[in-house]
Amino acid sequence: MYRQTEIISDDSESPSPGGFGEAGDLIINVGPQHPATHGVLHLVITLNGETIKKVEPHLGYIHRSIEKMCESLTYRQFIYVTSRMDYLSAHINNHACALCVEKGLQLEIPHRAQVVRVLLDELTRIASHELWWGALAMDVGAFTPFFHAFRERETINDIMEETCGARLTMNYFVPGGLMADIHPNFQKRVKEFISLYKLKIKEYDELITGNIIFQNRMKNVGYLSAEDAISYGCSGPTARGSGLSCDIRKLYPYEVYDKISFNEVIENGGDSFARYMVRIKEMNESIKIIEQLIDNIPEGDFQAKTKVVLKLPKGEFYSRVETARGELGVFIVSEGGTTPYRIKFRSPGFSNLSALDHMARGSKLGDLIAMMGTLDLVIPDIDR
Amino acid sequence: MSNTSKKLNNSTVSPSGLGAYFKEVFNAVKSLFVGLRRTGYYFTHHKEIITQQYPDNRETLNLPERFKGEVVMPHNENNEHRCTGCTACELACPNGTIKVITKFDITPDGKKKKAIDKLVYHLELCTMCNLCITACPSDAIVMAQTFEHSVFDRSQLTKILNNPGSKIMEGIE
Amino acid sequence: MWSFSNIADSIHQWLNETFHPSVAVIFEMIIAGICVISLFAVLGLVLVLMERKVSAWIQIRMGPNRVGPKGMFQSVADTMKLLVKEGMTPSGADKFLFNLAPFIALVVAMLLMAPLAFAKNFQMWNVNIGVLYISAISSVSVISILIAGWSSNNKYSLMGAMRSGAQIVSYELSAGLSILSVVVLAGSLNLNTIIQSQADGWWIFKGHIPVIISFIIFIIAVTAETNRAPFDLAEAESELTAGFHTEYSGMKFALFFLAEYVNVFIVCAIGATLFFGGWMPFHIGHWQSFNHVMDFIPSSLWFFGKTFFLIFVIMWFRWTFPRLRIDQLLNLEWKYLLPISLFNILLVTAMAIAGWYF
Repeated sequence: MYRQTEIISDDSESPSPGGFGEAGDLIINVGPQHPATHGVLHLVITLNGETIKKVEPHLGYIHRSIEKMCESLTYRQFIYVTSRMDYLSAHINNHACALCVEKGLQLEIPHRAQVVRVLLDELTRIASHELWWGALAMDVGAFTPFFHAFRERETINDIMEETCGARLTMNYFVPGGLMADIHPNFQKRVKEFISLYKLKIKEYDELITGNIIFQNRMKNVGYLSAEDAISYGCSGPTARGSGLSCDIRKLYPYEVYDKISFNEVIENGGDSFARYMVRIKEMNESIKIIEQLIDNIPEGDFQAKTKVVLKLPKGEFYSRVETARGELGVFIVSEGGTTPYRIKFRSPGFSNLSALDHMARGSKLGDLIAMMGTLDLVIPDIDR
Repeated sequence: MSNTSKKLNNSTVSPSGLGAYFKEVFNAVKSLFVGLRRTGYYFTHHKEIITQQYPDNRETLNLPERFKGEVVMPHNENNEHRCTGCTACELACPNGTIKVITKFDITPDGKKKKAIDKLVYHLELCTMCNLCITACPSDAIVMAQTFEHSVFDRSQLTKILNNPGSKIMEGIE
Repeated sequence: MWSFSNIADSIHQWLNETFHPSVAVIFEMIIAGICVISLFAVLGLVLVLMERKVSAWIQIRMGPNRVGPKGMFQSVADTMKLLVKEGMTPSGADKFLFNLAPFIALVVAMLLMAPLAFAKNFQMWNVNIGVLYISAISSVSVISILIAGWSSNNKYSLMGAMRSGAQIVSYELSAGLSILSVVVLAGSLNLNTIIQSQADGWWIFKGHIPVIISFIIFIIAVTAETNRAPFDLAEAESELTAGFHTEYSGMKFALFFLAEYVNVFIVCAIGATLFFGGWMPFHIGHWQSFNHVMDFIPSSLWFFGKTFFLIFVIMWFRWTFPRLRIDQLLNLEWKYLLPISLFNILLVTAMAIAGWYF
């Protein structure tokens, strides 16, 4: 597996025993330590010159067996671990788990908690997309946007820090509602952020979206058709860039998503640029959702009354949410005890990564990096 | 070539006409200048710099009151705390960060009363999930807003939260 | 008026009076050598600091601000660190070539300094084929990159070197052709004569549209030739980790780094000399009094001012634009820049014959 990268010589007649391509192929290990893999992803790339023949992702470098860990934790405790899966949309991961436990308990959570959950979800989505935008720009060689994106993201992180007490791994959603009520400054700070965002989003277009070099790097590369997106199990912006309607918030609404008006962003291009535009437009949709809800947070409890020790009835429970990367499913098998018998997470990154090989074949090495950028991979989400 | 690139060729729409070509070139050059103007703006406007110089701004650094830095047990001026030793925090903790060691005090009227001897807190294991704080029935522990936790020896991260010789407050059951 | 040429003349006079002329020449050569090396070091320090400050301000950061006043000695500290670092050679590398490559890069950059006119009457080597010499020597720099990439025995390095080879060889064409347009107008390959020909106005103004076109092509081509973003495919951090110098560390890496910055300085100096009149002050035709006022600013200041402005423009490009892909890079050269510069050189020649310039 780790045959270091010699050029396979011309006189070897058949493909090498490891199945690593033919004569004249160049095999390169991109990662696990590489500036463009955003973590410890290991890609074994078979190249012909600059052209990619095959991409083989090797996973497991950051596998922490989160699913197994969750089996030994109670239904209150296991939620915090899921913040460490897709750390850029920690709130949404917690949301999925909380929803699943509530489904099992048949718990109705207060309206106020529902609205705040949606607000924080959308703020998380914007923060995640902003980081993705900066990192993608860095992947294609522009260094400045990264810092500009972090400026806005920092504002969101400050809001999170004030209300949830942490910037990245919040653990703010608990079964039954929220851990604490929102901070008194929350509404004011979010409104400030909205006005800042509307001011700065134009700069994103000036710096990157409209740039001719960027458009040429993005357009017509990494094509993924809608059929392939389905067969690889892609979800989220990756699939919506291929013209597939798959937004869980629209198709299977949870919390108050069915009561607010927003559009599901769908682009039909199927290339890297379509995926890029989906995410950029999704940020605007998230702002729209936040604007609708921020002045209408209902009064009331932030948490439903729950027992101290939660016990799910015997059975199987599944819930899904739309994270910044796609569909996150949580499947709990309960035997009636205080801890789950089995937990399975269906993470969006894993399925999206599986389409990379199909997308990358025949394109250049530089495009592979850009494609990985548009897939918005978070490696701990893939490995868990 | 794989089928992917074939599809790409179909989707490429080449512009027709010389006017369209020059318009495309013009727009391309314009897009570059738009970007240059934006970076040039930031180059000349140093007020936009948002850097906070960390060790220098320790005095002015304001952390939100909810920031989860570390678990502490507040004591009043008589060296009294509110912990009853009920081990609710120990049970709530997902990764064994807290260990409550109890002892039996003899009250003045001769009864045995359960009280904490030590409340051991492993900062190196703590993930700041806040579950112990919400579980505590008598609000004996809170989150502190400290964040500079680095030490030279790992054993210094294991802390005993109750002060030596401390007692439980009157009226806390 | 204070100027470099007076100092140089007085040193020359004193040496010739004190020593035998042949000994004096040897001393002068040693002095010139020391000057070049110290200029090299100073340029490296200044340009690295400048790049870091420019990038920081563009990226709404502060940049180096700890070492010395406003972080002025940051690059000195970095140099110290690089000097004491172990110079590692990978065991699989071709040791001789691996160690040779950074020196070739450095020597090429040094050789390019020779015909530059830094100030009025202040030039190391007034050679009559100065422009030709510069185009010829600058193409040697690709050899050092190719050697570095090949001898490292690393696939990333090899790919970076191959990309760089294709890139530099292609872009030299349009760089050469755009330089040629000024040569055609000035009628000389001698840098000094070219500067003198701009006494009544710089070529970028005198030659109007065609020269402006060739200046734009020149600045694009030299950005590519010096391997700077958006044409930094030889390094391409996110694709090839560090490209051709992936395996280099310590002082060997520093030499590459230094050579890159000195190369940027040199191409900008050449651009300033050809299009903006080098040390020639801003003159407008025969407005004697205006020209006389401009002459009060020392010629060295004019030269360095113009050069550093061009360096800033190249840095500005780097911190704004994304990187091109290798096929797009070659398309840009062979399908756009080269035909345009060929057409442009025709236009300039016609203009020179018909005298349609100011």
